[in-house]
Amino acid sequence: MRLRRRTWRKAVNAAAMFLSACTALFGLVMLGWILSDTAVKGIRAINWDFFVRLPTPPGETHGGLANAMLGTLILTATAAAMSVPAGILAGTWLAEFGRRGRLAAVVRTVADVLTGAPSIVVGVFVYLVLVRPFGHFSGWAGAVALAILMLPVVTRTTEEMLLLVPDAMRESALALGAPLWRVLIGIVYRAARAGMLTGILLAISRAAGETAPLLFTSLNSPYWGKSLNQPMPSLTVTLFNYAMSPYDEWQTQAWGAALVVTGAVLATTVTARIWLRRTTQRT
Amino acid sequence: MNIEIDTAPPPQPVDAARGRKATERPVNASRSAPVKIAVHKLSFRYGRRQVLFDNSLDIHTNRVTALIGPSGCGKSTHIRCYNRIFELYRGHRAEGRILMDGVNVLDRRAIPSTELRRRVGMIFQKPTPFPMSVFRNVAYGLTLERRYSRNELHDRVEKALHDAALWEEVKDILHRPGTDLSGGQQQRLCIARAVAVEPEVLLMDEPCSALDPIAAGRIEDLIHELKRKYTIVIVTHNMQQAARVSDYTAFFYLGKLVEFGETTKVFTNPDNSQTEAYITGRFG
Repeated sequence: MRLRRRTWRKAVNAAAMFLSACTALFGLVMLGWILSDTAVKGIRAINWDFFVRLPTPPGETHGGLANAMLGTLILTATAAAMSVPAGILAGTWLAEFGRRGRLAAVVRTVADVLTGAPSIVVGVFVYLVLVRPFGHFSGWAGAVALAILMLPVVTRTTEEMLLLVPDAMRESALALGAPLWRVLIGIVYRAARAGMLTGILLAISRAAGETAPLLFTSLNSPYWGKSLNQPMPSLTVTLFNYAMSPYDEWQTQAWGAALVVTGAVLATTVTARIWLRRTTQRT
Repeated sequence: MNIEIDTAPPPQPVDAARGRKATERPVNASRSAPVKIAVHKLSFRYGRRQVLFDNSLDIHTNRVTALIGPSGCGKSTHIRCYNRIFELYRGHRAEGRILMDGVNVLDRRAIPSTELRRRVGMIFQKPTPFPMSVFRNVAYGLTLERRYSRNELHDRVEKALHDAALWEEVKDILHRPGTDLSGGQQQRLCIARAVAVEPEVLLMDEPCSALDPIAAGRIEDLIHELKRKYTIVIVTHNMQQAARVSDYTAFFYLGKLVEFGETTKVFTNPDNSQTEAYITGRFG
């Protein structure tokens, strides 16, 4: 009896182990597949021209997506400049002042709902607010749409990272006669910075890979995006257009764009993590 | 533990208890050292729940006062009023008076929090080194007030680390993170950090309860040294510790101050039967 129960327990254990190993493997295989496919097909488009030249009409060679790369950088950076300070402040308010209050609960729920909002809806919203009234697509509209998507991510990760800092740390700093604002900036942010930066990078990578919110806002352009008041090219929308096109050169370039986006996001995240680990060890 | 031997000069003998009716004086008020803090009818509420009831006692200059009592009896809450650290939380309210050198520290208009906390330092149960180097941990409180020259800052940090009996152990690793130290060292780092700003009073909220006996012993030795310079109030669960380090002992039970007096008296011949029951280990 006892023996049988033990065999049964071991069998259940083995089955559970097998299943969880399978699912883990499934995820890894998918990730590997996506990455390797992108790399293999994208690498063909990668050459010097790809990074420095403007797009060419189908049929012509030596075209590049330099404008789209720069455009994505500008859009993402502008969006980050808007959403990161706002998100940090909102997260700080939630963690340090709102805490368990009713308003904080409302803000938290709204942020969570916004995180789950389909990005195309955000695009349509910004179209109605910033594109229609002005009568033209613009880089600003694209950046605002991306900022709206980044804001809840930055807010919630900031809040969660600040809440990980024990109250005892705040109290001991206050007990030295430090005013609250100095405690927040000098001690609490310092203690939470690794996590906060991870949240910011997460938001940035998410924004950099978005297509839907840009479709009706910054649109796209085959030229340099010289001003945020004009349509702004971006890698993702270009990728989308090129992938949908019937031309082989454009489709190859779409793979190249996919590789560049993926590689850039991956590289940023990895370097930031390494750099963070090193600095947190040093301080 | 003979308190008569200690002849550290009193900074300024202020009779903070002045004007109080004789019958209101706390039991066993001492004759030997001037009063640094006179607590008068201190009550405390967390929202609607009252946790302290009319606590009155005198804290004497350059003496160690231990607050003992079972968990939840309000001893920590009591000392958290001395530096008004409770105001961080909504709904926490203190009533009564706590006169430090005659100034009511519960009155925000009488003394701003930052000034009060520079004069009344606090050590917490869990050591909380800030996320920075050993050196900057100690310098943190100093740099809040004003700018120091490099040398001056270094001197004051070194002095504070000496005072906390930590210098020898950390002098070569001043620029390593404070979190690299052991638990006992971290607690002494916190003490160094607190004494660096040269407060008048040091509040210690169970400073040894997260430490092993050897580290705890070092902190106790340190308390003996520190009382030459500072007035110390220590909350402890450990009655032997209270007996070893303190000159005065206050026994709290259910938010009330049951007995207060010289430690030798409280531990050998308590007036109150509850005190006796607690000290002899019959409850708590």
